[in-house]
Amino acid sequence: MAAHPYQAQAKAEIRLSMTQYESLLVTFGIPLLFLVAFSLIKVLPLPHGVLKPVAFLVPGTIALAVMATGMVSLGIATGVERSYGVLKRLGTTPLSRGALLGAKITAVAIIELVQVVLLAAVGFALGWKPAGNALEFVLAIILSSAAFAGIGLILAGRLKSETVIGAANGLFLLLLVLGGMIFPVTSLPGPIADVARLLPAYASAHILFVSSTGGGASLAGSWIVLAVWAIVAPLLATRLFRFE
Amino acid sequence: MPSIEVNDLWVRYGERDAVRGVSLAVEPGKILCVLGRNGAGKTSTIEAIEGYRKIAKGTVRVLGMDPVREHRELVKKIGVMLQVGGIYPRMNPRQALDLYAGFYDNPVPVDEVITLAALGSAQKTPYRFLSGGEKQRLALALALIGRPSVLFLDEPTAGVDAAGKQQIRTAVADMARNGVAVLLTTHELNEAERLADNVAVVDEGRIVAEGTPSELRERFGKQTVAFRTSAAIDVASFSQRLGLSVTAMGDNRYKLGEEAPASVVGSITTLLAEDGVDLIEMNAGRGSLEDVFLEITNGEA
Repeated sequence: MAAHPYQAQAKAEIRLSMTQYESLLVTFGIPLLFLVAFSLIKVLPLPHGVLKPVAFLVPGTIALAVMATGMVSLGIATGVERSYGVLKRLGTTPLSRGALLGAKITAVAIIELVQVVLLAAVGFALGWKPAGNALEFVLAIILSSAAFAGIGLILAGRLKSETVIGAANGLFLLLLVLGGMIFPVTSLPGPIADVARLLPAYASAHILFVSSTGGGASLAGSWIVLAVWAIVAPLLATRLFRFE
Repeated sequence: MPSIEVNDLWVRYGERDAVRGVSLAVEPGKILCVLGRNGAGKTSTIEAIEGYRKIAKGTVRVLGMDPVREHRELVKKIGVMLQVGGIYPRMNPRQALDLYAGFYDNPVPVDEVITLAALGSAQKTPYRFLSGGEKQRLALALALIGRPSVLFLDEPTAGVDAAGKQQIRTAVADMARNGVAVLLTTHELNEAERLADNVAVVDEGRIVAEGTPSELRERFGKQTVAFRTSAAIDVASFSQRLGLSVTAMGDNRYKLGEEAPASVVGSITTLLAEDGVDLIEMNAGRGSLEDVFLEITNGEA
């Protein structure tokens, strides 16, 4: 019988991700709650020209979900694995680093796929009518995944597990506020909004919003910001990551 | 050919040499116990041999392979038990063993390993809720599941109760009987005495003594005679009549000075009979491995 270390690890990663209930609350619960609640209760400001909150909230909560999965869930899980010696122990088996990384990417991609399908389905039920560029939408999700997973792995690879939990959740809240996912960054004070536009959260949410509404806003700046984060964060994670 | 061959191994952390010129070899089917105090360099040595510590100097071969350059090939043939942890806290033993079985071409069936490691009743308990002994037995089971030719066990019975220690020692001895070369570290002298074919005593990063447990006792253990009586004896008078120095140890226990000849045993019983004092207990012979270790390292294991 030939061994399939990648398959065995991917199966384990998916099962661990889907049974970590506190993580599911962040990856599925919060985006769904925000989508449903703020679509039905119109208390938050909307971008200029947007009439229905759901048109802004579906792409925003998808960006939020990708951030939660890549940065918070992956970061915390990997940080805990590192501090418990799980990664070191796996290194003594025929599971290669590439296969381990591939298994983690597979688990993140599957969870994100489920998130996108679920949020889109709920969005449709709430009256979401996307009318943009699907290719751009998908590409933005892929780049966002790389950027947030990179940030999560930087935290996981350098900090103690208890610090990773605090840092990932704190960063999640900060980027949630500054990311233009639930309310537009134009609602923030000018200098803060300028800083927010350099963050991957805003770039991700902005591209997803514009590409799903067919709006004519220029995306060049956001694409550059997102691409830089998507390249630099995983590269930095590779350089900084410590297995023990 | 030895399964493990190490020549003049040096491991350095910054300015500090944690391992200083260690050389050792383990043949197939043999158990080498690396014995030393905490911080003596045991874990650094074993991890360098596994390929996890950068070697400052020296050569290491495991099954003829370089553990760093040929790591991918070597990990298919070795089993490793870390000193602590290394297992997903939320996984239960069966899930962990299922996962690890998937890493090898010809794993031992999971049910068989669960039985071997006596994990039947704990197989569905998440790792974080397992007892210390169950955690160690699971770690050992994971090391065994790939049918290794070489086993590295870093303090395999640390924090385990007496029954659990016995189960682990039996499993390790069985593996050696099946031809597996075992390198294990411990600071438990009792463990080394019971399990090891050979012992290497490590102190301050160097091997300060090596051999079989009996060779070490023979070489370093001093001939001692100790006895306990039913009533106190006059030590000064007894020493004079015996012609050897006797020391009172309290509670009617007495000990003769170093290198007491075995023939003195008869004289002691005769003198005690003359004094009308009963002999309750007497021990004569070479010191234990613990005595040897203390003699060599001047410290505690």
